[in-house]
Amino acid sequence: MMNSTAAAFVLAAILPATAFAECVEVTQGNVTVSAAWSRATIGTERPAVFYVTVRNDGSEERLMGIETPVADVPMLHETVVENGAARMSYVEQIVIAPIDAVSLEPGGYHGMLMDLQTELVEGTTFPVTLLFEKSGPVTIDTAVLPLRAREAACEEAL
Amino acid sequence: MLKNIRIALWVAVAVSLVGVSVLLWRADRQERAAAFKPEFSLPDEAGTLHTAEDFRGKHVLVFFGFTNCPDICPTTMAEVAQVMDDLGPEAAEVQPVFISVDPARDRESGLGKYLSAFHPSILGLAGDEAATQAAVGSFKVFSERHEDASAPGGYTMSHSSSLYLLGPRGDWLRQFEYGTPADDITADLKERL
Repeated sequence: MMNSTAAAFVLAAILPATAFAECVEVTQGNVTVSAAWSRATIGTERPAVFYVTVRNDGSEERLMGIETPVADVPMLHETVVENGAARMSYVEQIVIAPIDAVSLEPGGYHGMLMDLQTELVEGTTFPVTLLFEKSGPVTIDTAVLPLRAREAACEEAL
Repeated sequence: MLKNIRIALWVAVAVSLVGVSVLLWRADRQERAAAFKPEFSLPDEAGTLHTAEDFRGKHVLVFFGFTNCPDICPTTMAEVAQVMDDLGPEAAEVQPVFISVDPARDRESGLGKYLSAFHPSILGLAGDEAATQAAVGSFKVFSERHEDASAPGGYTMSHSSSLYLLGPRGDWLRQFEYGTPADDITADLKERL
């Protein structure tokens, strides 16, 4: 009896943790790409977003751009908040210092997916190819999370 | 000689009195500035006009944004939705409002449907250019259109990214900088409600 109660407690403690899946992780050359996620869209009229984490285990690397079949015009952008005002601007490349990681995350760097070809439906995935200067193209499955998502739904291993 | 000193002293008294009253006047002005009442009069998607007066008795969370912004606006709306959920029954005393700084485009693409996907309580307002500028000015915030070939439709909006909190009498209470965790906003509101 005591044991089954204890087991139930342990299970209750573990269950929420298992709700976080492992992050899909792709390694190529010196870069490891993980925690790729986006938000569901309503229709295709508004641009979608792309967030991801890139770890660089080698010398300085550059993310030069992104490609995806779901959007005709995918671009790297950065949100800059200055004096309380936010603006978004196109960035030509994102530099990842040697033995460092860079996250594209809310409020900073992000992929802006314009001219959406398909609505992004919660629970599905779509491929995004990251174009690295040295490590070449790396494709990762990107999870479409609810519109209300604020972070990746997986535990980052980085 | 003594007379001259007495005159000089009286002059000094007069100068300091003027100085003190200037300081008091300034302090009063600052106090009034801190408790100012932002105003807006803007329609929702159905055309119903909403003014700041409509929400007397409630706390109002106001965000200025545009729905073509993929990063900061949905992130903030997600935080607001979380706050409304976490407030539980007290959520009835809080009205979240999204004022579009890109009203023509946002009306066309369905502002109400977009916001209710975050939380059904969020009210979306999109007026004409003049009414929008009046609201922006009244809140002492900022919004500006930038022509930008790399943006959808060839332009983007820069805008104040904070969340503004009005009290039950419509007075400005504070603002939450972009990135303030939902938990902090909920805790602040719970203390006031």
